[in-house]
Amino acid sequence: MSEMLLLRHRQFPEIGTLDGYLKLSGFKPFKKVVSENNPVAVIDEVKESGLRGRGGAGFPTGVKWSFLPGDITPHYVVANADESEPGTFKDREIMESNPYQFLEGLMIACFAVKATLGYVYLRGEFWQIAEHLEQCMAELRKQGYLGKKLFNTSYELDLHTHLGAGAYICGEESALLESLEGRLGQPRLRPPYPAVFGLFGKPTVINNVETLTNVPLIIEKGAGWYQNYGTPKSTGVKIFSLSGNVNKPGNYELPLGTTFRELIYTHGGGLKPGRKVKAILPGGASSIVIKSSDKALDTPMDYESVAGLGSALGSASVIVVDDSVNMLWVSKKIINFFRHESCGKCTPCREGTYWMDQILNRTKTSKISAKDTALLKDVALQMRGKCLCPLGEFSTMAVVSSIEQFPEDFRS
Amino acid sequence: MNDFLKIHSAEIKKLLAKYPKGQERSTVMPLLHLAQRGTGCVTRHDIENIAGILGISSTEIASIVGFYTLYHTEEEKTQYRIQVCTDLACALCGADRFLEELCNKTGIKPGETTPDGLITIEEVPCLAGCDKAPLFQVQGGGVISYHEKQTLESAVRLINQLRDGMPGGEQ
Repeated sequence: MSEMLLLRHRQFPEIGTLDGYLKLSGFKPFKKVVSENNPVAVIDEVKESGLRGRGGAGFPTGVKWSFLPGDITPHYVVANADESEPGTFKDREIMESNPYQFLEGLMIACFAVKATLGYVYLRGEFWQIAEHLEQCMAELRKQGYLGKKLFNTSYELDLHTHLGAGAYICGEESALLESLEGRLGQPRLRPPYPAVFGLFGKPTVINNVETLTNVPLIIEKGAGWYQNYGTPKSTGVKIFSLSGNVNKPGNYELPLGTTFRELIYTHGGGLKPGRKVKAILPGGASSIVIKSSDKALDTPMDYESVAGLGSALGSASVIVVDDSVNMLWVSKKIINFFRHESCGKCTPCREGTYWMDQILNRTKTSKISAKDTALLKDVALQMRGKCLCPLGEFSTMAVVSSIEQFPEDFRS
Repeated sequence: MNDFLKIHSAEIKKLLAKYPKGQERSTVMPLLHLAQRGTGCVTRHDIENIAGILGISSTEIASIVGFYTLYHTEEEKTQYRIQVCTDLACALCGADRFLEELCNKTGIKPGETTPDGLITIEEVPCLAGCDKAPLFQVQGGGVISYHEKQTLESAVRLINQLRDGMPGGEQ
């Protein structure tokens, strides 16, 4: 097994304790950046590493950090630990087993954007993880890694957890901020973007847990070292959450650019005897479905190559669908999820997800009429680009791409 | 005197300290979690109390209780909620069949409660445990526990433990 960068607890189980993490050079990078007191250099290093957001959007992390205006203060950093996309279960493993590396990443991000307060927003189901993180934060305060005058500098920092209560939409950054402010988790109109008007109306960075967990090693070993992993445009490693019709589902940390075939067959143990891959959802339920072929299976999983297949890598939550499964059934499952999770703020999403659900379910047979597939596409078109956040658009992706690529599964 | 504030004064003080001055409203969700922890539901009285602490209207707080699925009102109160994930990844691994068998075994349909008022079985969206299907969470007594890689036998055993008054059952 090659050395892991994120799921390091699999090789060093002691990393879950502060002592264990410190022995593995933990918090040296944080201490170094605070002592050197050059936030711009930290942002530049992360920019240089090529690290991109692992929550789904793939936006360059260092660039995001550089957007915060210096003349509006204070700044905040929020770690997005709302992990709720069907097929995604990577942040949970990091927080359960390698919490200090994640927290150090968050702390370095706070320092880089000159924030003195950071939050971890977790989905409500993760209350035990939240309690564990609170204990880790208490330990960090006790040992002088959080608090005032850190390492005899003027820098001060504190962290807290904030627990959601069951709403997928709160993984969307502006809805997350609303929820953190004690309101309904509904998206905000943008602009202004959170980088200018975020938490409590102040400049805010929101990063995914996995993204932040990369940061301490980038600071410790340098951007050049990090670029050795992955492809030139999609640098680094990624945790691929593999699920569905595979023999060994689970989290696999691999360099970006690993092929679907290697993930599914070498690491995931392949499919049941006699079964073939029919479709792949590379980024969970909001994916555009990829129809399986030799070309698709040999495609490297990096941001550019998956986009080249007409889909998107997203959070790399790879759901494998085998050839025994009907894509109409898959579409029903996915639209049912989004109908339930639409927050109700924007009419096209609130109504559209219900309509699509009704159309898909109005026949109890396994087929729907050509008129209805046309209607589904029309409703989807009316939802796209017409809502405050991407949820409405996401809900249409798998349905429309399934109709287009697997018409035989829908036709009556 | 606000009895919620009185009972939980130390904890409420700690929660309020997590947010900057003037942003006390952020504690509304933590306070609702705190209220629900003891009884498994948020009562009207809790809502009035929290409204009093934060200086916002009780209607606004009630709308928050309604929006987030993990909060339950008195009307929705049940001892234990067995919440089975039936989203795509789990369903590909037999979660629908698992739910159906569990319902047949307990004699109720998804969304229903057993006649003794103890067990409710529900379908829920993704719980971030897609590699360990079938799985469910149990909500009861204000806490949530995960139960992964379940079989009908292990689930029935857990339900029996819950009936015997072992909160959370074996993990």
